[in-house]
Amino acid sequence: MERKIRVLVAKPGLDGHDRGAKVIARSLRDAGMEVIYTGLRQTPEQIVSASVQEDVDVIAMSILSGAHNHLFPRVMELLKDKGVDDVLVVGGGVIPDEDIPGLKAAGIAAVFTPGSATTDIIEFIKNNLKRRE
Amino acid sequence: MDDSAVSAERVRSGDIRATARLISMIEREEPSRLAVLKALHAYGGGAHVVGITGPPGAGKSTLTDKLVAELRGRGRRVAVLAVDPSSPFTGGAILGDRIRMQRHATDEGVYIRSLATRGHLGGLSRSASEAVRVLDAAGYDDVIIETVGVGQSEVDIVRIADTVVLVSVPGLGDDIQAIKAGVMEIGDVFCVNKADKDGAERVVREIRAMLETAVLNGAATRFSALYTARAALAPASTDPATIESARDSLRDSLRGGAMEQGAFHHIAAQAPGHPNLEIPPVVCTVAETGQGIVELVNEIKTHEAALAATGFLRSRREANLAWELGRGAAERVLSALERDERKETMSELARAVLDKRIDYYDALDTLEKALTRY
Repeated sequence: MERKIRVLVAKPGLDGHDRGAKVIARSLRDAGMEVIYTGLRQTPEQIVSASVQEDVDVIAMSILSGAHNHLFPRVMELLKDKGVDDVLVVGGGVIPDEDIPGLKAAGIAAVFTPGSATTDIIEFIKNNLKRRE
Repeated sequence: MDDSAVSAERVRSGDIRATARLISMIEREEPSRLAVLKALHAYGGGAHVVGITGPPGAGKSTLTDKLVAELRGRGRRVAVLAVDPSSPFTGGAILGDRIRMQRHATDEGVYIRSLATRGHLGGLSRSASEAVRVLDAAGYDDVIIETVGVGQSEVDIVRIADTVVLVSVPGLGDDIQAIKAGVMEIGDVFCVNKADKDGAERVVREIRAMLETAVLNGAATRFSALYTARAALAPASTDPATIESARDSLRDSLRGGAMEQGAFHHIAAQAPGHPNLEIPPVVCTVAETGQGIVELVNEIKTHEAALAATGFLRSRREANLAWELGRGAAERVLSALERDERKETMSELARAVLDKRIDYYDALDTLEKALTRY
């Protein structure tokens, strides 16, 4: 059977704006992916635990509150603690350019800021999966 | 983690990554899953498999979230399979049931897995029954399956669940909906959710009237066999000795299992106007606030006890497994027919039918004979 790409879309942090995350979820679905949408105000622990239970290939997080420098690396740390090294993690939201190198160093594979084309996000995911047949 | 790292031992030891990956392997129909599933076969059988089904928007996910919380409170380990539809056009899916259950994400006694239907009709995914067996063998006490939002004929859940909870809500249609065949016949426990909304009482009345009529008509519904067994235990006499002897004779007529005292005393509310007629329970809930959840769990567990006590738990599972074996065999036959040389046989037969050399039924007979040779 054809390999389905499973993506967890989550909103860490306290901001209540999930329009962007929903647009991404819908776009990934239309690209043929299975999107597990976990909704607003997820803690890094919830995100990591859900991604393990759901056996996802990708975690896509969106954050607008400015807490990305804390929450994104925290997710990476928890994944490492659980020995998960085969999940692609991408981030998005209102993230200043100068923060991006630090997030990438922490293991976030790509950061998509406002104005990113959903087609670019889809392409990136398809080309950078860590698990392959 | 590599697929090859998945083993029955890891699943049995509570390794969530191994369990989750095994379910992915089932979804991908990976041949390598079989060795692990075979090794797990020795375990399990103890989980109570509960189906939650009903129309879209009835509140199934919120209800499931509350059931999980209540069952956890009773010290049980709970697994949830939440099924949502795949797009028939792109094959993609938004699996959004989990959003209502995320508070359990970090509870180690809870496992939640979202499944897409991947083209399978009937309200479940193809992988559901194998996934249930994995979670059972992994040691979960309750496995809850939330179906896709169903219409009137998505009844696959009856082939997997020990206890089916049919969720209705006020405002979906007139009373003719309640007497239509299909999903309304498959409940063991009926739940009217959003019971604080206008019209809830009417929905309860309609469901009860439907159930009462079904029982009076002796209709073959999912619950009728259980109730027939119960009827044998409802002697006209109130004399304790008579009741006890009726009990004994039923006990003798049923296979195995000690009958739990009291399990028969209560399965269902009595039908209005027919004090001796039992119908399945209809429970009102407001899942959002938690109202009625304790009662709903009580009814689900009472049903399980009644199934176990009457021997119907085993016969229901036996019937379901027989059905699944039939389906599995049919799939094997289909795939065998599609292999090269047989495919050519089918094409030849098709030409013969088109040319009127043989008829359709002769062609089928020829195929069947060819199959039994393989």
